[in-house]
Amino acid sequence: MFDWYIQRWRRVLPEVVRGAGRALPVVFGYLPVGFAYGVLASQAGLTLLEAVLMSVFVYAGSAQLIAAGLIAAGANTATITATTFLVNLRHMLMSAALAPYLGHLSRPFLSWFAFEITDESFAVHTSVFAKDGVPGKVELLTINLVPQLAWIASSFFGAWTGTLLADTKALALDYALPAMFIALLMMQIVNRLQVVIAVLAASASVFFYLFLSSNWNVILATVIAATIGVFCERWMDKFSPSSF
Amino acid sequence: MAVVTYIPRVLPLLLIARHSLPGPVIRWLKYVPVAVLASLLGPTVLVQGEVLAINSGNHFLWAALPSFLVAWKTRQMFPTVLVGMAAVAILRFLGL
Repeated sequence: MFDWYIQRWRRVLPEVVRGAGRALPVVFGYLPVGFAYGVLASQAGLTLLEAVLMSVFVYAGSAQLIAAGLIAAGANTATITATTFLVNLRHMLMSAALAPYLGHLSRPFLSWFAFEITDESFAVHTSVFAKDGVPGKVELLTINLVPQLAWIASSFFGAWTGTLLADTKALALDYALPAMFIALLMMQIVNRLQVVIAVLAASASVFFYLFLSSNWNVILATVIAATIGVFCERWMDKFSPSSF
Repeated sequence: MAVVTYIPRVLPLLLIARHSLPGPVIRWLKYVPVAVLASLLGPTVLVQGEVLAINSGNHFLWAALPSFLVAWKTRQMFPTVLVGMAAVAILRFLGL
């Protein structure tokens, strides 16, 4: 009986170690952001349990930070839910981008795997797929699970100490999210065309943010910039097939 | 919140994974991550209090410079987040 478990564990251990190694940079990135979320959530009036449960069941860094801000501002449930949905619609595009690689896996597995797709785990998965191909199930889940554990732990510490911190502005915890986006963006950029697309998307997003004053700016700017990217790529292929 | 954050993550995987996507769609999806992240970042560093703020008083904008440099050199989240937060903290401390 125990032999069976030990043998199985021996088989999956290398996968767990490799997955954890790949997830490690994300863990370090999550610690300050998760801590920042915890502090802001507790100052928004959430209890320690509520703040931690949100990290367990919602597990969406930017959405949780935005929700904490909305709760602090006294927004109603409908506004919080709608905003969260819009902010996280981008995961639809990420999930769709991962889908072609994962067709061989079962639906229950994919349902579980999908729950822990984040911007960061997405970045890790795409780079792993590009470099070493699609890893085994255990490694896929480890890459997802290890960062969530770090996220839960750091939001616990943030929420726990949050009420003790008098001046969070001085710690610049509100810059955790923008800095995270900068790091993720640079991890994704591998050619010059992507730099152009990034600048375009950022400008379009600012434009829509200022003039539509809603959270649709991210979706609109993304769709426009990615579409322009496809046309630019085709145009460049036509004129200079050797470059890029 | 748990439901509305889960739906976008799971639907495409369940619906698309079994079918192969046409080439143009795959090429389009390739640009999505860069476009999404840049779209999220843009307003956080360029807008302050609902107006465009490309000026010396925008700490988030100035802190983006060392953050980008570190992100470009290291391609890692931890040093980038640390440098970015340190830059904002210093700017606030100096009261610039």
